[in-house]
Amino acid sequence: MTEAGRHRLVDAPLAPPAPAAGLLDVLGRRYLLKLLVRREISARYQGSFLGFIWSYINPLSQLFIFWFVFGYIIGRGTVDKYAVHVFCGLIVVHFFTETFNAGTRSIVRNKALVRKMAMPKEMFPVASMLVSLYHVGPQLVILTVVCLFCGWVPDPLGMLAFALALAIIAVLGTALALMFSAANVFFRDFASAVTILTNFVRFGVPMIYPYTLVDQRFGRFAELYLFNPIADAVLLVQRAFWVGSTDDPDATIAEQIPDDLLVYGVGALLGSIVLLGVAQLVFTRLENKIPERLS
Amino acid sequence: MTDPAAYGADTSIVVDHVSKDFTLRYHRTAKQMAVAMVKGRDISDTFSALDDVTFTVEQGESIGLMGLNGSGKSTLLKLINGVMKPDTGTVLTRGRIAGLIATGAGFHPQLTGRENVYLNAAILGMTEAETQRKFDSIVEFADIGRFLETPVGNYSSGMFARLGFAVAIHVDSDIFLADEVLAVGDRPFKRKCMEKMQEIRDSGRTLVYVSHAAGSVRKMCDRVIVLEKGRVGFDGPVDEGIRYVKYDEDNIKPEDQEDDELGSDV
Ligand SMILES: Nc1ncnc2c1ncn2[C@@H]1O[C@H](COP(=O)(O)OP(=O)(O)OP(=O)(O)O)[C@@H](O)[C@H]1O
Ligand SMILES: [Mg+2]
Repeated sequence: MTEAGRHRLVDAPLAPPAPAAGLLDVLGRRYLLKLLVRREISARYQGSFLGFIWSYINPLSQLFIFWFVFGYIIGRGTVDKYAVHVFCGLIVVHFFTETFNAGTRSIVRNKALVRKMAMPKEMFPVASMLVSLYHVGPQLVILTVVCLFCGWVPDPLGMLAFALALAIIAVLGTALALMFSAANVFFRDFASAVTILTNFVRFGVPMIYPYTLVDQRFGRFAELYLFNPIADAVLLVQRAFWVGSTDDPDATIAEQIPDDLLVYGVGALLGSIVLLGVAQLVFTRLENKIPERLS
Repeated sequence: MTDPAAYGADTSIVVDHVSKDFTLRYHRTAKQMAVAMVKGRDISDTFSALDDVTFTVEQGESIGLMGLNGSGKSTLLKLINGVMKPDTGTVLTRGRIAGLIATGAGFHPQLTGRENVYLNAAILGMTEAETQRKFDSIVEFADIGRFLETPVGNYSSGMFARLGFAVAIHVDSDIFLADEVLAVGDRPFKRKCMEKMQEIRDSGRTLVYVSHAAGSVRKMCDRVIVLEKGRVGFDGPVDEGIRYVKYDEDNIKPEDQEDDELGSDV
């Protein structure tokens, strides 16, 4: 073989081989992201007979339990259409806790890949978020059916509120998942801590209790409660679905929904975006040591 | 920082004053750490896996990377393919990289062979259409039969390596890294691998070949780099390099020649 025969001109710059643009790299590799998301989804129901039907059974049973235990036995149902009220919160809380929990474990769970392949590691927490988002689908179907049954008609502002809520949780969840997925590589304690942490989330949002209760008890300080982005997201979803399902929507809005909810919502989204930026910085600092710590 | 413009258009790999330390942790739990601290023992220590390594590789060269166990060969390949970043110094590469590191590919144990082929190919930068087009050829090369549809966690180490190698050679790469690829394959597969790697070399792709078998290095490579405890001990012609690591000390009988070329254990 002559030297000339072997010659191959490579039309690419001489550059560091490791991906360095973080979340931006993830955006550029959508096909890989799609594969990761698809495999997570199919892995969840692998070896199960009913398969995807569980995605419907699970939220339905939760809806039933809340309606039965709180609304019926304890008589806690001080608000109209209490089950819908709870379910709106449940969708948000589930989306958040699933993203946070699965995202935190995502890098360790994929260590076989991370140890040997060069790829943006941000891929894994982002994929976890998308999988959780995907599971919002069946819950949304159930919610819509129940709401239509209650005489709900979609309104543009409500749909905007819903989209805003999803965006808040998607960004916030990704930010936290990103930070903790890296930390979890160094100490697996983080995954356990996150599990406990997420158990408390449902009590910090107006899901089991109505927002009026907070307003009455805390008065002026109710404002602080609204600095919790997850609480804002729950209220936004309730504005989108629950309000229209009640007997008197106008009264419900006046009584149960804070006046500047959309402003708080936009603020929560901006805050979450800033947190995502911080998370990326933290991740980049920890990232270098991740492959060697995974053995 | 190293300036990429300082190198010619034919430079394929630049490793410039690269060092990589690992932290050795002796204790993992809080209890163990507390005990160690009370007894005044070290909790952790750093270990220099690569120490000021410098060399450049031109496009189309095939490098034999040799050295004793633990000398840092796999670590160096991880820096070249971008899995790890150097602590100090710079690594630059030109074009797409594919290959195997430390015998196995990055496969997910719970996924089937088929799913792993797609995932692995995507990570290596292949598009969906490209993978579909090459899928049959990949499967044919790996030749693992029905096991394609079972989780790779259940594969024998030979099957695991076959599938990994099959995907890697189908990537249209400019740099190919082969870390002990022949270590676990059976004889027919080893022969097939050698042929394939020669094809890769002859097509002008840069080849970095890690092996303990002097014969196969002699056959495959036109330059040898020897690592010694993380430092470059030798960088030059093949025969001298092999003499340097003293791998051909014991005389090889002619009938063993092929075994040696196929990279059987030394
Ligand atoms: N993640 C890690 N953490 C700590 N030490 C590590 C890690 N990875 C590798 N090392 C150490 O770095 C050194 C070099 O390892 P490496 O795998 O590069 O050796 P090698 O030359 O490929 O050896 P072999 O011929 O056995 O494959 C070894 O001493 C190993 O123990
Ligand atoms: Mg090795």
